[in-house]
Amino acid sequence: MYKRGLVQVWSLEQPEWHCKIDEGSAGLVASCWSPDGRHILNTTEFHLRITVWSLCTKSVSYIKYPKACQQGISFTKDGRYMALAERRDCKDYISLFVCSDWQLLRHFETDTQDLAGIEWGPNGCVLAAWDSCLEYKILLYSLDGRLLSTYSAYEWSLGIKAIAWSPSSQFLAIGSYDEKVRILNHVTWKMITEFGHPTTINNPKIVVYKETEKSQNLEMENLPFPPTRAAASSLFSTESKYEVVSSPVSLQTLKPLTDRPNPKIGIGVLAFSPDNCFLATRNDNIPNAVWIWDIQKLKLFVVLEHLSAVRSFQWDPQQARLAVCTGRSQVYLWSPAGCVSVQVPAEGDFQILSLCWHRSGDSMALLSKDQLCLCYLENEGVK
Amino acid sequence: MGDWKTITVPIPSSESKNISQFTSETNMSPSSLCSQQVLCPSLPLAKSVHNFFRAFCTEENVDQSVSYLDQELTTLGFPSLYEESKGKEVKRDLNIVAVLNCIQELLVLHRKNLLAQENVETQNLKLGSDMDHLQNCYSKLKEQLETSRREMIGLQERDRQLQGKNRNLHQLLKNEKDEVQKLQNIIASRATQYNHDMKRKEREYNKLKERLHQLVMNKKDKKTAMDILNYVGRADGKRGAWRTGKTEARNEDEMYKVLLSDYEQRQKQILLENAELKKVLQQMKKEMISLLTSQKQKPKEKAEDTPGTVLSDVEEDNSELSKENMWELSCETVREQLTNSIRKQWRILKSHVEKLDTQVSKVHLGGFKDEEVISRQDHEQETEKLELEIQQCKEMIQTQQQLLQQFTTTCDDDTSSLLQDCYLLEEKERLEEEWALFKEQKKNFEKERRSFTEAAIRLGLERKAFEEDRAGWLKQQFLNMTSFDNKNSENGKPQSAFSGSSDQDNLTLHSKPGQKSYSVFSESSVRTSKLTKSLPVSPSTSELFQTIRHISENSSSCVLNVATEDTKPNQVGRECTAQKWSVASRSDSQEGGCSGSRSLACTDWSIEHRDGLP
Repeated sequence: MYKRGLVQVWSLEQPEWHCKIDEGSAGLVASCWSPDGRHILNTTEFHLRITVWSLCTKSVSYIKYPKACQQGISFTKDGRYMALAERRDCKDYISLFVCSDWQLLRHFETDTQDLAGIEWGPNGCVLAAWDSCLEYKILLYSLDGRLLSTYSAYEWSLGIKAIAWSPSSQFLAIGSYDEKVRILNHVTWKMITEFGHPTTINNPKIVVYKETEKSQNLEMENLPFPPTRAAASSLFSTESKYEVVSSPVSLQTLKPLTDRPNPKIGIGVLAFSPDNCFLATRNDNIPNAVWIWDIQKLKLFVVLEHLSAVRSFQWDPQQARLAVCTGRSQVYLWSPAGCVSVQVPAEGDFQILSLCWHRSGDSMALLSKDQLCLCYLENEGVK
Repeated sequence: MGDWKTITVPIPSSESKNISQFTSETNMSPSSLCSQQVLCPSLPLAKSVHNFFRAFCTEENVDQSVSYLDQELTTLGFPSLYEESKGKEVKRDLNIVAVLNCIQELLVLHRKNLLAQENVETQNLKLGSDMDHLQNCYSKLKEQLETSRREMIGLQERDRQLQGKNRNLHQLLKNEKDEVQKLQNIIASRATQYNHDMKRKEREYNKLKERLHQLVMNKKDKKTAMDILNYVGRADGKRGAWRTGKTEARNEDEMYKVLLSDYEQRQKQILLENAELKKVLQQMKKEMISLLTSQKQKPKEKAEDTPGTVLSDVEEDNSELSKENMWELSCETVREQLTNSIRKQWRILKSHVEKLDTQVSKVHLGGFKDEEVISRQDHEQETEKLELEIQQCKEMIQTQQQLLQQFTTTCDDDTSSLLQDCYLLEEKERLEEEWALFKEQKKNFEKERRSFTEAAIRLGLERKAFEEDRAGWLKQQFLNMTSFDNKNSENGKPQSAFSGSSDQDNLTLHSKPGQKSYSVFSESSVRTSKLTKSLPVSPSTSELFQTIRHISENSSSCVLNVATEDTKPNQVGRECTAQKWSVASRSDSQEGGCSGSRSLACTDWSIEHRDGLP
């Protein structure tokens, strides 16, 4: 509850337990859990400070001067360390904290103009920090604060939009405003390849799935009366399916307004599959398409084109299965075996805005504006 | 040609016309334009000359004309027309000879002149045509020169234009570059400006934040607190620890441990990778070496120095390999050695492949001189031929195997017996035929043998008779010889007759082999010679002996030794012997055949002779 400055916490295991944190006049902008689940980090208004509330010890810690940027806090995968972006005197700093007792481990300056985000690599030893979009610059720091490498692909044009680490920490994928993804390797921190996102796909080896509307053939005689809920919903919702389109395929593009800031252009979302085989990207000026790249061959593998703009996608944490939602009432699943469009059986219109997988990979939560739907996936018994 | 002008002789008007005409005609310039007209007057010349001469010399002015002519001719170098003056006589006689000579000379001169004139005229024509031709060429060349000059000018113009365009484009490019540079400079300056502004604003903002922070901190009312309902302790009952220096150090240690473990893991991975890669490289190297050494066996396709290098490389590499095995660790030098050796091998392989490629391309172009290089087509043809041969041989082998099987495998008894029977039948038939032949021959032989035996019997009988006759004749002879001396001829005749008959008999009865033939022959020859001669008065015992021998000779058959006879037969004897000989010769000639009694007798004798002999 950001407006009231209150955070309410409930426990799942012990329903009697309840906690309420009030920031008061400081206000509340963001709140997040610490990885061990014992602390809550609240970011006050104007990013004045971060208050670390400990649920166990009831102690409070303050962290000054956090940076108000896209991704200022990053926890390591094992939850031991936290990296925080700070800015003092027009300079960017990174502070490393030990999550167990919130001790400041390292504090160092970064060579950036305006630090836009930081992210730990999955092995917990490398921290990637990248500059704002005015400058293409990414810095790599080791756990003890040493600068390992910097990388800059070009000057002057708008730079990095998003990055993603591969689960094995071997690759770092950088998506930029020039509609390309550049992959760095962890040994030399140099680019090994770059993926372009063209609007037409000519290579016949790439499979392009296009979402098409299924035509509803209404059999007027068989309609039951009174109409059942399922029938009613199916009448009014449009079903869709995937079709394989042969090359050359031209994708629907969106011409961005060049005189506005933060144009909708470039690679805005990147995600590696958990088995490190695939990379899913979205080019913001081709908003309907999801591009899936084969990392083993470093080539484009599949393109999924939908009828409306892709809102979000997420990989199944256990296997190479991608779930995509576009704001319609279908959730789309892709795996190397194929792809499917699943209609969410719900009353009325259920517009899926975002989704979230469960850690086991068996279920996922589909979130609309004010509703939540849990989707369970059955395993067919194939091992 | 203008010589005629100098005529000053008074001539009548008609003559003058002709002369003027003539002179005007002759006075034409020797230019080519009037060449024809110059030639023309040769005809009218004749007429005009005719007229002219009539006009020039009339009966009245003969002497004058003669003297004039004489003057002219002498000035021209001709001899005088007059005879030598004998004295001071005024009148001189015309020397006809001189005149004729002069005329002749003049004619010759005239002809020469005409010829010269013709030559000159032809030359004139030629020159004229040459001139025309040259003028045409000249005009054409002039035109060409003009056009080429114009073209050149046009091209130069175009060149100038293009160069101008090029310069313009260069200029544009430079301008663009300058603009780009300017814009970049502008961007840089703006960026610095924005940074500066940003910093200023940020400082302001920070100040505000500080102020706000102070205010917030100062407020510290009760509300900013955390209420925990139903407080949950930790599972193990411990309380949170204070932050002390020891914990800080511990944290540092832990952090470094984490880093180190990560680095160690990575290093292990990298080592493994390195080892694998090294293995792969070594394998590659070995394979390359083996490839190259196997290639070395094809002698002439490689350059001469490469086998040497390969050998040396192989030796080097062997030593290196042993070294490398010792140095399992990734040593700098070992790594370098490995990569260098692999690079060397790769270079050698590449050069070899390039050579093969060039050879293949040469073969395709068809210009290969190297004899070992077999073109692919020939190779293919050869392989096809060989394959065909192999096919044929296989087929042959198969058929032969089938046949062998047929023969070796035991067929059914019937078929085998049948087969055997048919073979035997063939042989039987053949044998029967031969047997029949043999039997026929045998019959013939039997017949002959019978005839011979009959003949022998007859011969024996006849011999007996003959013996008796002889005995009687001897007696007679003995008696006759003592009484008659001059009945040689009669003796001879009957002798001859007798001898002839006896000879004939003897001839027909070729029963006994002639064992005493030689001696008998010689004796008979002597005897016959003796007989032909007049018999001696007294029949000596030698004569008796001779007669006896003759008879004995006659009784015995000696056809065999025809060739060895070298008698001097008397007439009668000659006849006898001739008859004998002829018969013998005839018989000899017919020796081969089996037709006719005599010949038959011959053969029979021959057969019997053969039988007699072992």
